[in-house]
Amino acid sequence: MDYIIETKGLTKKYGEFTAVDSLNLQVEPGEIFGILGPNGAGKTTTILMLLGLTEPSSGEVNVMGFDPSRQPLSVKSQAGYIPDQVGFYDDLTARENLAYIARLNGIPRLESDQRIERALGKVGLSDVGSKPVGTFSRGMRQRLGVADVLIKQPRLIIMDEPTQGLDPELVRGFLDLTRELAEEGITILISSHLLHQVQEICDRVGLFHRGRMVLQGTVAELARNVLGAGYHVRLRANGKAGNFAEDLRRIAGVVDVKYQAPDSYTLVAAEDLRSEAARAIVEAGGQLLSLDIESLSLDDIYNAYFEEVNHGPRGQ
Amino acid sequence: MVQEVNKSPKQSREGSPWKGLGAVIAKEMADHLTSARMRILEILIILTAAGTSYAALQKLVGSGSQNEFLYLELFTTAREPLPAFVGFLAFLVPLVAISLVFDAINGEFNQRTLSRVLSQPIYRDALLLGKFLGAFATLALVLTAIWLLVFGVGLIGLGVPPTGQEVARILLFLLVTVIYGGFWTALGLWFSTRFRQPATAALGSIAVWLFFTAFWEILVSLFAQGLRPIQYGLLEEVLARAKLEMFLSRISPNTLFVESTIALLKPAVRSLGLVLPFDLQGAILGAPLPVSQSLLMIWPHITGLLAVTIMIFALAYVSFQRQEIRV
Repeated sequence: MDYIIETKGLTKKYGEFTAVDSLNLQVEPGEIFGILGPNGAGKTTTILMLLGLTEPSSGEVNVMGFDPSRQPLSVKSQAGYIPDQVGFYDDLTARENLAYIARLNGIPRLESDQRIERALGKVGLSDVGSKPVGTFSRGMRQRLGVADVLIKQPRLIIMDEPTQGLDPELVRGFLDLTRELAEEGITILISSHLLHQVQEICDRVGLFHRGRMVLQGTVAELARNVLGAGYHVRLRANGKAGNFAEDLRRIAGVVDVKYQAPDSYTLVAAEDLRSEAARAIVEAGGQLLSLDIESLSLDDIYNAYFEEVNHGPRGQ
Repeated sequence: MVQEVNKSPKQSREGSPWKGLGAVIAKEMADHLTSARMRILEILIILTAAGTSYAALQKLVGSGSQNEFLYLELFTTAREPLPAFVGFLAFLVPLVAISLVFDAINGEFNQRTLSRVLSQPIYRDALLLGKFLGAFATLALVLTAIWLLVFGVGLIGLGVPPTGQEVARILLFLLVTVIYGGFWTALGLWFSTRFRQPATAALGSIAVWLFFTAFWEILVSLFAQGLRPIQYGLLEEVLARAKLEMFLSRISPNTLFVESTIALLKPAVRSLGLVLPFDLQGAILGAPLPVSQSLLMIWPHITGLLAVTIMIFALAYVSFQRQEIRV
């Protein structure tokens, strides 16, 4: 398998401080890979090294077959970068901003006009393309940032905290757009500290903590590894003196049952046990009031993982 | 780029450092020429050119000057309270140059456009040099425009065409002015990489300009008095002090510029240094020098200005290459 991004023992030190610590990262062509973790975990530094914008202290980087610190031009002509809070020249129009980028990429005039129109169309900014970017809202700027990287027709797009500061609806739209790009065969690397926002579009994620990538894989894999069980079933039931915790615990496959509030329980299990849980309640003579399954949350995985790291393994 | 000792030191970086240079220069010039800042400067400059040349013209026509270099006098004649055109340029050019570049790099930082631009397939070299050349070309364009303006006022007002000598001299004068502007452009650019706040960079550049314009001469005479005191009133003492004063004063780019313009625009000036009576033996006083001789006289000045410009640009280059671009 040829990886589109591969690093071996990649390390970046600022004086005594180690921003990125022997990182081994592999990103496959065509996937959406999420670099997730809190602020200061080394995500941006990693990205800058991938683009040759910062020199690694040690280790190897290979992006699309090139070494970013030796062949930055080859890497940067095929990789688009949307920085954290992407900035534009406010006095220039959206088209002028993109035209400058096209010229820096050495794209001929005629060709660049076509690409600009196509990119603006793709992100839905065609009708405001001739307005100064200074008048754009946060969400429009973010979309213009996407149009900006599309100009060079990249194989790889790297986005740093793309959803930060957007309201939920805009986040939704932005993630859909990202998905579309991935379906066109562009590999996408997203960094974010808002785990729950990006987890659903990432094929695989890497969780970062203090410069190290501590977990890597699909969200389901991580859940299985860290939480031991991947499914949380939440149910409410009444109609019995005492509670149903014992009845629920008897279901095969249940890892844990939490009595959260009167009539409210959470069931942790390795598989989806909703129907079994319902049957157990009914058989115990109770009335089932509600039953639903919680989607897996990366935040939970992350928190659970660090609880484990910091306080020793939980008794399971 | 600052390369660390890495696995394959033989391998140099790929491609040309000047890729994208043209695009950066074009963008910078377009920005400068359409900016509100430029409008203000243009008004200031046109007023200066029109004012000083008109004043000079009045004085020249009124006095019935017999000087054979009437055109050159247009640039150097002052009528109170206005200084001569050259005098105006000596402090206006730095201001224009600084105002074009003080936010060149830190402005990109603050607008958060730097990382986006540098993630294009260009090197930082192209961006920095493009910023410099863009501002420099704008400055040269503006200066040429004023120069033509004064030239035109002269043609109309004096009613005589300039001689070849005069044209050569004022062309050289334009060239020296542009080089002088280059020095301040480089300085402003350096400060714009050093200081994150454009206001600090502007203030820093203006402080340097003010230092050389207003305080350097005072400091020079203080130094000279302290280091070469005149105790007995001997000729040697006086000479030693004058020499030191001249040496120190020429550290200032303003002095270099002003002396150069004097040599170029006053053909009768045959030395910028001390002239002792025995130096003048055999000289025909007041006889003009040929252009080549005047040029020879200021050759060190021009070289000095260029050298210090390149040096300051190099400082800007080093500071920019080492900068982390994350905001």
